[in-house]
Amino acid sequence: MSKAIKITKGLDLNLFGEPMPEVVETFVGEYALKPKDFIGLIPKLLVEEGESVKAGTPLFYAKGKEKVIFTSPVSGTVKQVKRGEKRVIEEVIISAEETVEYLDFGVSSISELSAEQIKEKLLTSGAWTVLRQRPYSVIPNPDTMPKCIIVSGFSSAPLAPDYSILLKGLGAELQVGVDALKKMTGVTIHVNVPAEKGVAEELTKLENVEINTFFGKHPCGNVSVQIEKLDPINKGERVWFLDAQDLVVIGRLFLEGRYNTERLVALTGQEVSHPQYYKVRKGASIASLIYNNTTSAELRIISGNVLSGTKIEKEGFVSAYDNQVTIIKEGNYAEFMGWIAPGTKKFSFSRTFLAGFLTNCCKRKYKVDTNLHGGKRPFVVTGEFEKVFPMDIYPMQLIKACIMEDIDMMEQLGIYEVAPEDFALCELIDSSKTDIQEIISKGLELMRKEMGE
Amino acid sequence: MKFIKNTLDKMRPSFEKGGKLHAFHSLFDAIDTLMFVPANTTTKGCHVRDAVDNKRTMITVFIALLPALLFGMYNIGFQHYLSIGEIASSTDYCANFWNNFGYGFLKVLPLLLVSYIVGLGIEVVFAQIRGHEVSEGYFVTGLLIPMICPPDVPLWQLALAVAFAVIIGKEVFGGTGYNFLNPALVARAFLFFSYPIQMSGDTVWIAEKADAFSGATPLGEMIAGATLPSASIMDMFIGFMPGCVGETSAIAILIGALILLVSGVASWRVMLSVFAGGAVMGLIFNAVGANDYMNMPFYYHFLIGGFMFGAVFMATDPVTAAHTNTGKYIYGFLIGIMAVLIRVVNPAYPEGMMLAILLMNVFAPLIDYYVVDANIRKRAKRAKLVNNK
Repeated sequence: MSKAIKITKGLDLNLFGEPMPEVVETFVGEYALKPKDFIGLIPKLLVEEGESVKAGTPLFYAKGKEKVIFTSPVSGTVKQVKRGEKRVIEEVIISAEETVEYLDFGVSSISELSAEQIKEKLLTSGAWTVLRQRPYSVIPNPDTMPKCIIVSGFSSAPLAPDYSILLKGLGAELQVGVDALKKMTGVTIHVNVPAEKGVAEELTKLENVEINTFFGKHPCGNVSVQIEKLDPINKGERVWFLDAQDLVVIGRLFLEGRYNTERLVALTGQEVSHPQYYKVRKGASIASLIYNNTTSAELRIISGNVLSGTKIEKEGFVSAYDNQVTIIKEGNYAEFMGWIAPGTKKFSFSRTFLAGFLTNCCKRKYKVDTNLHGGKRPFVVTGEFEKVFPMDIYPMQLIKACIMEDIDMMEQLGIYEVAPEDFALCELIDSSKTDIQEIISKGLELMRKEMGE
Repeated sequence: MKFIKNTLDKMRPSFEKGGKLHAFHSLFDAIDTLMFVPANTTTKGCHVRDAVDNKRTMITVFIALLPALLFGMYNIGFQHYLSIGEIASSTDYCANFWNNFGYGFLKVLPLLLVSYIVGLGIEVVFAQIRGHEVSEGYFVTGLLIPMICPPDVPLWQLALAVAFAVIIGKEVFGGTGYNFLNPALVARAFLFFSYPIQMSGDTVWIAEKADAFSGATPLGEMIAGATLPSASIMDMFIGFMPGCVGETSAIAILIGALILLVSGVASWRVMLSVFAGGAVMGLIFNAVGANDYMNMPFYYHFLIGGFMFGAVFMATDPVTAAHTNTGKYIYGFLIGIMAVLIRVVNPAYPEGMMLAILLMNVFAPLIDYYVVDANIRKRAKRAKLVNNK
């Protein structure tokens, strides 16, 4: 049964630099897979530098989950295996050819395949890696089953791309993707769409799914919030989730017989001269996208959104699960007595600044930078996190349990239901400037190691 | 501005590690960050942060306290000149205006100086030892402590109380954010139990009072068996009555409450429920009606003594109050109940507010424990339902 769900708590951070609804097709010379994008992954390389690959050629597999293979999004040669400290693999960089050659996985109709064959095909092509599992946001173990699958049909994060643009004309691929997952698992597939702006018709027309509408402010687009409202996770249960653009990848695998990760990525943020959409593939280098397209200020480039994205360099690559790049100013300036100034232009959720009133009463847009606006302190203020945290969980108590590494307490307070991104708004408004997402992700890592996935 | 920045930048190297003045780097950091919000940028997690920080929160409370402080200064002068007969009638509110204020200002200034110098001194030393920044918590505590003392409190006693409050009330537990008792009330309780002669009775509430003048506070009068306080409702509302420096004026405190509530710094849940608890207990006593104190209309409790000051500025301290929203209602309500209960039933402690808040500070974690436990049970029950299927 499809549901309409209203989320009352939360906060919309309205920023300058929304993407214009224009799609630019551009050739990107380099692509990369970053093992760090995949939580808990220890990669085992299958290629060497200089080897030539096709789209769909295995690059590495996951230690401990040997069936999970990561494949190349494009054809070309392996340019570099970039290693960091202790020789940890950071990036496997492919220099791309202009016309993509694909490995052929064979066109097949879902009705002719068994559940096992579908799984096999997803695993060998690398399309399995678009799936993730709550708890822990890891790629699911092929031997496990979820209790339901969530397809993210929108994002409520700041400057998020519009899914009606991302998914335009991809109705057939989406439907095949849904059919494949349905046949493979047999569980309910929830497709979550927004109530107002950016509803992709391609999603609402899907069959064999439950289409749920979400009203409200960010984080109503976060998977954790949606799962809690639809079918909350209990200890020992698993929910799989994936982005609608990744569902297209699964659909194409069966329709075209190839691992085709073509997708739109939105280049957004106030420091981008022409914020718009780019047609690229998974793991695209941003160098050519931002060339001549940013202001000259000192920049913070983020793969993802300003709340939970990852900092990348000018020569960096879009992370595996992101369909947005945000560019804002670095905020390395000292401000004279900033703590007493009335502050009409600064963003604040609290009403201790004049701007706080303006945010709350009208949809004002802000220019933001990366200044921390203060020093780190122990928690002092209480009751603020609850205003932006729509789940039935005590955020402050869970954060403290994570700091204490109290596994029992973390479990009792609902650690299985959350991801670091759910605490991004708490981190944003925290007057003590605590790195809350890091605390939660360390807590989750501890749980994963102690309890297993 | 540029000049200050340049001077600070020039001085910085000698305070950094290996510099000559490294021993004083906490003090330097405190001044530096007070002048300029540091240029630090986000390194982890959320790339953008709210403009609010603890300094901003604390300065808002500080501003909210100013009306009560300024009125308190005026009232000290007014009560003094009234007691020695220079003001003819207790209703000549504006007589001798600047003298009143000037007298009060000179009375309060030393209290403030002692409180801040001793308190911040200890804070800086602890910050230095622990290697963290000086926290701004004392910014507010340092102002609160003089405001809940009688105007004539000896400065050495105040200094001792401040030192006790900062070290035993706060720093031994880890500093601001880790304390479980409101430090300002710890100072007040220290004075109350250590130096009862200077902290209670009828003679301490008016600065340099003439002996012949009765200086009893409304609370004192009620304990002594009066039917109603001698001050009129209007006097008590505006604040023309003897008492602690900052507690007398309901209207000034209400202005502060407005600032705190509009800015969202203090919890309306706590404030509201303290008044609700006080009213409920007052009404219960009205119904029992065994003596004159019990028969006093319940709203008088809000106006006399430190009830309102405690409800607005003390009970709402986020660190020592209950942390959960449900817990805040319970915590506040019980403070209101206890404060009135102690006042009316226990003749040894004329003012119940201080003890009520300290007592509930101790119980706040217990309240939170049960509130959070309800959430834990709910989750466990949900899991059980699924497993049984």
